[in-house]
Amino acid sequence: MTIRKTTAMIAAIAMLAVGACSKKAPEVLPPNPDGVDDGSGGNSGGGTGVIPGSQQDFLNNVSSDRIFFGFDQYNVDAEDQATLASQSQWLQRNPAVRVLLEGHADERGTRDYNLALGERRANAAKNYLASLGVDPSRIEVISYGKERPAELGSNEEAYAKNRRAVTVVIQR
Amino acid sequence: MTKKTVLLATAFSISFAAPLAAQTPSEASTPAPAPRLSETVEGELSQDRTVIAVPALATPAVTTVAGLRTDSLGRQIAEVIAADLERSGLYAPLGPGSVRAITMNEVTAPRFADWQAQDAENVVHGFVRASGTGGLVVGCYLYDTQLGSELVRQGFEIQPGDWRRAAHKCADAIYSRLSGESPFFDSRVAYIAESGPKGNRIKRLAIMDSDGGNHRFITNGQALALSPRFSPDYKKIVYVSYLQDRVRVFIYDVDAGSQKLVTESRNATFAPRWSPDGTQILFSMAVAGNTDIYRVSASGGTPVRLTNNPGIDVGGSFSPDGKKIVFESDRSGGQQIYTMNIDGSNQQRVSFGGGRYATPEWSPRGDLIAFTKMGGGEFRVGVMTPSGGGERLLTNDWQDEAPTWSPNGRVLQFFRTSRGREGKSSLWQVDLTGVNMRRLPTPGDGSDPSWGPIRP
Repeated sequence: MTIRKTTAMIAAIAMLAVGACSKKAPEVLPPNPDGVDDGSGGNSGGGTGVIPGSQQDFLNNVSSDRIFFGFDQYNVDAEDQATLASQSQWLQRNPAVRVLLEGHADERGTRDYNLALGERRANAAKNYLASLGVDPSRIEVISYGKERPAELGSNEEAYAKNRRAVTVVIQR
Repeated sequence: MTKKTVLLATAFSISFAAPLAAQTPSEASTPAPAPRLSETVEGELSQDRTVIAVPALATPAVTTVAGLRTDSLGRQIAEVIAADLERSGLYAPLGPGSVRAITMNEVTAPRFADWQAQDAENVVHGFVRASGTGGLVVGCYLYDTQLGSELVRQGFEIQPGDWRRAAHKCADAIYSRLSGESPFFDSRVAYIAESGPKGNRIKRLAIMDSDGGNHRFITNGQALALSPRFSPDYKKIVYVSYLQDRVRVFIYDVDAGSQKLVTESRNATFAPRWSPDGTQILFSMAVAGNTDIYRVSASGGTPVRLTNNPGIDVGGSFSPDGKKIVFESDRSGGQQIYTMNIDGSNQQRVSFGGGRYATPEWSPRGDLIAFTKMGGGEFRVGVMTPSGGGERLLTNDWQDEAPTWSPNGRVLQFFRTSRGREGKSSLWQVDLTGVNMRRLPTPGDGSDPSWGPIRP
């Protein structure tokens, strides 16, 4: 039997409300400050009050938390590879940390297809991180399709920023 | 009055109240006024719409039943009937606000000359009275004013809270008799109610009657809800929930207020659809980034994988005979429409026009497939035959998406998204002929409509 009966709807949603608060990543993450260590120097936030292994530590030490895709595409290009390489270095310095890879699409696709496309993108990023030596069991994926745009405009510039895979540290 | 009408009326009055009784209390707790659709007609209407007078229903004795006065109900029921007929696009009703009231005697002896004088080709009469057992009896009659003949006679014994259904059933009988089409007013819609900023929309599962009446929110918005579908008996809804930050298809039990997973899996499941008999559910599942279509018994068990290729295969909709499935796939490059047998065999591409095709939905009549066509910077709703011929686009806006069929296959609902930072979604419907475009009344923004079958 593969169907599991859940508890009553209300109770389940109430639990989610609690769970979501602790795990919810900011939808639009702060920009990476200029001149910050790209991770190669091994600065893990010591002395700045940033908790090692935290989302802020991650943001301070990677070139970007996200990679971008072409229209209907999910290939990891050279720029994406460099971004993921910096993420991989940080992840290998913080072996206890687990991450969530969010796949997103722009609004110019139908809902269900975009969910599938977000899955492709998140998995493409996950697979590349794994190829760099990150244990794939440390990486969860979720597709948001077109449900959570980072840029709200309806133009090519916004679409390009919304076709993305974002790595988010899972807070413990 | 024909023998057939009598039999229908009898069957109806027996089966009417029972399935609704359990729902009534929760719906009564969230009353939502249902504004008429008539103020948002876009585009043309037929110039020769039939004029039908719909005076307030009479009552033999003003009685209060469950807080409802039979004379007030007579007027409200006539208003709902007139609004239904108007919404069909085929009729120009003269509602209780524009014609005189009738006496109880007139119900079965209309003064045809009066109605002819108002240029009404048809007139609707009826009555509302207490049943004596806590319910209501509603009579519904349609007459031809020129011939002086009776075209429809139906009677319904209902629970007081179901008075809108009596109005829809009466409108359905009139519509069917005059147009020759199958009825569609007495049906319900599941959709996603939207609110909040574009970057962080709150999306709640909600249900309502086909005219927006009896609106009810089901989920509270804590978890994103997407793509609901009513089961054919209206007892359950399949939909996608982001509960616990995962993407999974749930089966929600409307009466019990509880839900269960359609299948237990670590993978994302989405895009659910019922089989016409309600025993099977189609869903899409992404495994290591690759999405394929699966079918599982609605009561559980091991899913059967129907597609197996590296492209995205997603969505799907059963033919009304339950023998075939139409779905979308990008295996050839962009999204296109394909059909297959329900065991996954004989997969064939059917859309070959320019642009991309998505969200196919088989008409309940079986003769057409509705879809979203993407091209030229627009999303438009259209229809084609199941073999891909006779393509017609019915809408022309920036982003019209995800059509769903009326129970009789004559009307399509879909959602329209406006562009820009303040872009919103709203529910619309359009006739199969591309005319009679109307926005549906919802308390807020809406998307992902799903129209259920005619109610028994």
